[in-house]
Amino acid sequence: MRKKLLDILACPICKGDLKLEVFDENEEEVISGKLICTKCGTEYPIEEGIPNMLPPDLR
Amino acid sequence: MDFTLDTVYPPAEDSELLLEVALREVREDDEVLEVGVGSGFVAEKIKEKCQFLLATDINPFACKMAREKGIDVVRTDLVKGIRKKFTLILFNPPYLELDEIERKGDWLEKAIDGGKGGIEVICRFLDLVRDVLDERGRIILIVSSFNVPHVFEKIEKRGFRWKIVAKRYLFFEELYALKIESL
Repeated sequence: MRKKLLDILACPICKGDLKLEVFDENEEEVISGKLICTKCGTEYPIEEGIPNMLPPDLR
Repeated sequence: MDFTLDTVYPPAEDSELLLEVALREVREDDEVLEVGVGSGFVAEKIKEKCQFLLATDINPFACKMAREKGIDVVRTDLVKGIRKKFTLILFNPPYLELDEIERKGDWLEKAIDGGKGGIEVICRFLDLVRDVLDERGRIILIVSSFNVPHVFEKIEKRGFRWKIVAKRYLFFEELYALKIESL
């Protein structure tokens, strides 16, 4: 996931802003990490470069 | 891993129809969202012709395939969790109605099963799409003769106008590419 995508993603549940936590990245993108909703606290994993914006019960 | 889960909808006539129309429609300054990107067959060719392209899919294997083609992809349900306005939105939705006996619950089925009348997923998409559609944005949506005329009413009911911009005849059905815009 390219970091610039952070600006166009929101929590699918409450539409809150997301905070990025990076575990692993290269020059171009985040390979693994998580997106955390600053409003409701739900966490969305980034795995193999792909953010998973499904609510926890649908993953 | 269960092999029946490891499935991505392979490009078919509907994918080709979407690509043909998208190539005609896309402009250099477009910001494009492809919903249900599948293998990335359409997005791969459109992304070079626009300013920005983002793709979504609910199927993790599709997301992976699309990413390997250099497409920015987000795993999500339709357009949930996206908060940008796009000028061109592409969607080749699941539009068939499967019988109970045909249902296996795998990812390939999810790519083709549109629910009752084949239009349930399309209706959910139409309910959500305004969140991500620019005021003057255009949607290219593929539908089948199985879905008409009901799908036209559903589109109009939500304050959109539509027109058929391309057709493809198959043995057992006709496919239509609809261009949809706000009234």
